[in-house]
Amino acid sequence: MKFLAPNAVLGGLIIGIIGVCALFGAVWTPFDPLKINFAARLQPPGPVYWLGTDEFGRDVLSRLMAAAATSVWISLLTVTAAVSAGTVIGLLTGYLRGWTDRILMAFNDALLAFPGILLALGLLAVMGANKYGIILALGLAYTPSVARVVRGTVLSLREKEYIDVSRVMGNSEAYTMARHILPNCVAPLTVLATSMFGWVLLAESALSFLGLGVPPPAPTWGNMLASSRSFIVQAVWLGIFPGLCISLTLLGINLLGDALRDKLDPRMRGV
Amino acid sequence: MATTELLRVEGLRLAVARTELEVVKNVSFSVAPGEIVGIVGESGSGKTLAARSIMALEPPAIRRTAGSIRFEGKDLARLPPGELRRLRGSRIGMVFQEPMTSLNPSMLIGRQLDEGLALHRDIDAKERRALILDMLRRVGIKDPEGALAAYPHQFSGGMRQRIMLASVMLLRPALLIADEPTTALDAVVQRDVLELMVELTREHGTAVLMISHDLSMVARYTDRIIVMCKGEIVEQGNTQDLLRHPRHPYTQKLLAAMPRRLPKRDLSTSVEPIVEVRGLVVEYRGRQGFFRKEPGKRALHGVSLAVRPREVVALVGGSGSGKTTLGRAIAGLLDPAGGEIRFAGRPVRRASESWANYRLNCQMVFQDPYSSLDPRMSIADIVREALRLVPEMAHREKVDRVREILHDVGLDDTFAGRYPHELSGGQRQRVAIARALVRRPAFVIADEPVSALDVTVRAQVLDLFADLQQRHGFSCLFISHDLGVVEQIADRVIVMQDGQIVEEGDRDTIFDQPQNPYTVKLLSAIPALEGTASGGVRLRWRFDDMPHSDVATA
Repeated sequence: MKFLAPNAVLGGLIIGIIGVCALFGAVWTPFDPLKINFAARLQPPGPVYWLGTDEFGRDVLSRLMAAAATSVWISLLTVTAAVSAGTVIGLLTGYLRGWTDRILMAFNDALLAFPGILLALGLLAVMGANKYGIILALGLAYTPSVARVVRGTVLSLREKEYIDVSRVMGNSEAYTMARHILPNCVAPLTVLATSMFGWVLLAESALSFLGLGVPPPAPTWGNMLASSRSFIVQAVWLGIFPGLCISLTLLGINLLGDALRDKLDPRMRGV
Repeated sequence: MATTELLRVEGLRLAVARTELEVVKNVSFSVAPGEIVGIVGESGSGKTLAARSIMALEPPAIRRTAGSIRFEGKDLARLPPGELRRLRGSRIGMVFQEPMTSLNPSMLIGRQLDEGLALHRDIDAKERRALILDMLRRVGIKDPEGALAAYPHQFSGGMRQRIMLASVMLLRPALLIADEPTTALDAVVQRDVLELMVELTREHGTAVLMISHDLSMVARYTDRIIVMCKGEIVEQGNTQDLLRHPRHPYTQKLLAAMPRRLPKRDLSTSVEPIVEVRGLVVEYRGRQGFFRKEPGKRALHGVSLAVRPREVVALVGGSGSGKTTLGRAIAGLLDPAGGEIRFAGRPVRRASESWANYRLNCQMVFQDPYSSLDPRMSIADIVREALRLVPEMAHREKVDRVREILHDVGLDDTFAGRYPHELSGGQRQRVAIARALVRRPAFVIADEPVSALDVTVRAQVLDLFADLQQRHGFSCLFISHDLGVVEQIADRVIVMQDGQIVEEGDRDTIFDQPQNPYTVKLLSAIPALEGTASGGVRLRWRFDDMPHSDVATA
């Protein structure tokens, strides 16, 4: 019986559209997102500039598309970094236990105790705001939660008898980890990575909003939102469209994440 | 008629909601006041659902499509919810299978016992306390005052089941429904709890509906037995008659599946043992904190044993006896603190030269077929993985060997590509056995390999195991708490208690002339079977005249 929940379809659709825009935005936009044109300052949405122009006369739609490319790329890299680092730490601590576990987890918990955004803020203040600084800072901020999830899964998996079976066969610990433990961590990791993508996107926007993100004039949804603040009365579209982009993406990702969790949760399997 | 019947279930049908799937089909039975009735069946027979629907406790996905349940003349289906609640607990009590989860872990025992009394009886707190203390003393709790202020986790499984029983019997119900009340307990504790349950209910004239998969256990305590299979009652009648003259083929199959002693095998005893264990000591380390180290616990106190080629040695004992620890230590899953293990005359130690050879020749079959197979690997991959470290074997050869062993355990080619969750418990255990045997090991450790299986499946798997053992000629250390199974399969028996071997001998000696009181106690929990001419059995309880202590052992 193969049917998709309406939530999953809606989520997939939203993310699909954003994804296409981001891909598109990376190579082509209707106007140059950085080109200043004072003649067309603060134009409301119309037939030429579909979503209007900003205070420098730049096309909002083009900027949104370019920003999508930047945001999605940053989020993807951050999630990949956090998931890889967290998985390695989680596997090591969960499987080896002992002092490795205690020391790494103490460090991990200390990191977890900081709000992610605060940690990223601190790091960015030290390293300076640029694309890779953000990836590093956010990646570091989100690694501990991945490590926690993986460690928890590993701890429950290592009590399974097939782990003992693998040892009795004479398999090395590394082989057992790679063959029997890692593949069984994939389901919870996929779910976590999906929702993390949303969090990172939001965090990146928040950092940009605070002026610690990708520096202007390069557009991101967060810094577009930030610069719209001063024009909120004259040009309400400047704030609405980036805000809408962020909300819609998060909605889509949450819907998709829920559907994925239902699909991959072993307790739901075979029901 | 209505006056002589306490409970009458008529034409009961239960179906999975929103589907046509019937899980209980046209079930009718009755229970007289004070009568003890057993419902026996394997998993999926609908026995638990049928019993739970009496209390209207069937899961939400199950709905009743037909039938009536009359209790003391009232139709429970027509009763308003309020009245049904008054009946639950006060007139119909229930004891569940899992004593770990049927008591609320965050509530004091005293408060939990008080809950039902306060709800259903109109007496003040002082009287209730007196009643509770009386009942706790009656079920054999040594320090009832102390127990009132204790939490469930401070008691062992057997004790918890006694407390559960006390909480139910406090209200003196007319009917007690016991759903697999002792399945989670080991054989000796199981017997203690059941004896207590039967005594208590006799005292109060409470009728009991006992649900179990264990025919011999039910046969011992019940007046009447109802046999269920695939949602239907296939046979019901007086316990003795039903056992001696089973009419329905399914009942005959159930009886035939009960383990029985096979003729003694002829093994030459003069040969050198293949596996020898000398003075093995295993310690579990205590918690190692930053500031203090807690003392460890010694699980094995210098155990020595030997297994000869082709021999099946059974290791028996209650829970906590150290039998599983011993098995795991011999398999190399635990590092012993002392003693040595010798294989084929040479000592084996991790990283020694003989270790690799031992690893290839010693395999293990685990208890739980649901957790011993990696859910993400296909059956063929699972079995073939065992050949990964076998030197000098071509891929083609491995594939052939896997197919051959799967055939040996009765799984045809269609199984190779399937995944564990598509298989039944019995089939999974066959895969686990195939995986252990595919390397052609000389020595197999089987840790409770059949205790998670249904009765008829267990019989099949045991037969298969015995047959493979004959053909491949491996030696086996068979760890089990179930002496019935041991009687069928073992050549020699080793009895363990508290990390030590208390008795050892060949099967017939141990079963017929046990010396150690602990062995006697273990044996008194299982019946000896005598076949009757009509395809039935007569159960004989060993050492029934022995005084049985009223204080729990675990």
